[in-house]
Amino acid sequence: MKMNWFELSCKQASVLLSQAQERRLGMLERSKLRLHLLACDGCTNFFKQLSFIRAAIRHYRDSDTIE
Amino acid sequence: MNSENLHQYQPYLLRYALVQLRDPQLAADVVQETLLAALDGAVFSGKSSRKTWLTGILKHKIIDLLRRQARERSLTDGDDASEAEAVDALFANDGHWRQFPVEWGDPEKSFADKKFREVFEMCARVMPIRLARAFTMREVMELSTDEICKELAITPTNLWVMLHRARLLLRECIEIKWFGNRT
Repeated sequence: MKMNWFELSCKQASVLLSQAQERRLGMLERSKLRLHLLACDGCTNFFKQLSFIRAAIRHYRDSDTIE
Repeated sequence: MNSENLHQYQPYLLRYALVQLRDPQLAADVVQETLLAALDGAVFSGKSSRKTWLTGILKHKIIDLLRRQARERSLTDGDDASEAEAVDALFANDGHWRQFPVEWGDPEKSFADKKFREVFEMCARVMPIRLARAFTMREVMELSTDEICKELAITPTNLWVMLHRARLLLRECIEIKWFGNRT
């Protein structure tokens, strides 16, 4: 598949989705990402999974039990 | 504050240190140091909760330890090529996922499952140490990009590459070991 300048590959989308956890993305980055996510279930799943991973780590960190 | 009051926070602090350091002996040592520092004059202002206050002391102790370790061996170079390879293997040449991430449903339901927790911790443990260090500084200690870059002497771009790799590998492992074979 040939990509134009406005299209992100899944790899590029995953880079931006990860960076969104550290910094506020620029307007162009956000537009590209939104467009990609509309068309891509895999990256949409990845996006949700990143939030879940963050939540899971905090959950386990803050639980008081030790095995 | 007396030692009995402090003692109740020990399991929590130990857990916190263990998630960050992955070494039970080192974790026990920093928690010990933290409790001693707390008993020995570190000032509790009463503005934050005791737990938050102790966690703050623990964070400093962990950072000191990471600094000492960093002086002993460089963790910023060496494994870059093998990490890049592991991550590149997840994508085809045109940048598409080789295996598209699948729907995990309502994953929070897995929190209470002891087996899921074991899978999650195992996947975090097998991550390359260099990535795990940056990733846990970010996610466990919740340090900012600037703070982590200062500690590890790397640029934000380096850090973002490492965090991206860490998340991809952790995600992949959890999916394969847990969510993938349950559909």
